[in-house]
Amino acid sequence: MTDPQPPFDQDEYRRRQRERARIMAILLLAFVALVFGITIAKMGLYE
Amino acid sequence: MQNAATDMPRYPASAADLFALTKPRVMSLVVFTALCGLLAAPETIPTVLGFTAILCIAVAAGASGALNQWYEADVDAKMKRTRGRPLPAGRMEKRTALHFGVGLGAFSVLLMGLATNYLAAAILAFSIFFYAVVYTVWLKPRTPQNIVIGGAAGAFPPLIGWAAVTGDVTLLPVLMFLIIFLWTPPHFWALSLFVKTDYDAAGIPMLPVVAGNAATRRQVVIYTLPMVAAAIAPWPLGLTGPVYGAASLVLNAVFLWLAIRVGMNKAEDPAAMGPEKKLFGYSILYLFALFAILTLDRMFFA
Repeated sequence: MTDPQPPFDQDEYRRRQRERARIMAILLLAFVALVFGITIAKMGLYE
Repeated sequence: MQNAATDMPRYPASAADLFALTKPRVMSLVVFTALCGLLAAPETIPTVLGFTAILCIAVAAGASGALNQWYEADVDAKMKRTRGRPLPAGRMEKRTALHFGVGLGAFSVLLMGLATNYLAAAILAFSIFFYAVVYTVWLKPRTPQNIVIGGAAGAFPPLIGWAAVTGDVTLLPVLMFLIIFLWTPPHFWALSLFVKTDYDAAGIPMLPVVAGNAATRRQVVIYTLPMVAAAIAPWPLGLTGPVYGAASLVLNAVFLWLAIRVGMNKAEDPAAMGPEKKLFGYSILYLFALFAILTLDRMFFA
């Protein structure tokens, strides 16, 4: 006999979605800052 | 948590599980050796470009780890050491791991090309292909020499770090590649001697499983010899100064002594494999110390 499945937890589903969205937002902002830094550094290389 | 009807996880993969897919512990050695290659190069690049190069190498290593876990999910489920990973534990869909790995890999190669140069990006792309396809798909399930060729995948980071700065590849980064390449077999075979039963259960043809302990111990000693030669070579070739020369002599003498003790050990019981455990532990310290001293020597003394 197998254990019954616990009920689907909508709040847990939403919590994970929010967690991933928050991390993605932080990573995208960091990426924008990095590309800005790369651009400035590259401009300096060719001056 | 699985969905009974579809056998799929019912919740999106957590950030912690996605991070675990990248094998963060392996990444620390990759980042370190890449940084050594970057700092040992005879030129310099702006800090932000150097940071980006290291970031790309780390992300590419993460991509390789994710693709490896995607392909090996069934094998991982059979080993005690790996059955708690996100895929065999059923906390993530296989498709998620595939998309994550391919996405990270493409991102790292494109960013490397844009930030540094296309040679570094090309070697980076090849290193992902080498680990995910040549090692994971072709070699690991087929040949007990899997670790030998697979070791090349872990040896690329210093080469890429160097290429990111100079745009070319010369003798020293090739020697750094060779050191890691030749270090990998004795390092992993020492481990596989005392965790043999785990690989056995998963059907992975690791050398101790296929050829036995005696043959594996002999191979540990055999591979240590060219590794020692490659590790000392930068000094007599004039690529480093006497600080590295002296340190590498000591570090390699200890490695060789520990490898010979493994070669002389006859134990079959993992509990009596003290020399193997010592060599495995020392091999990690050895690589960190050797690369750190090589880099410091190049930066300050050479």
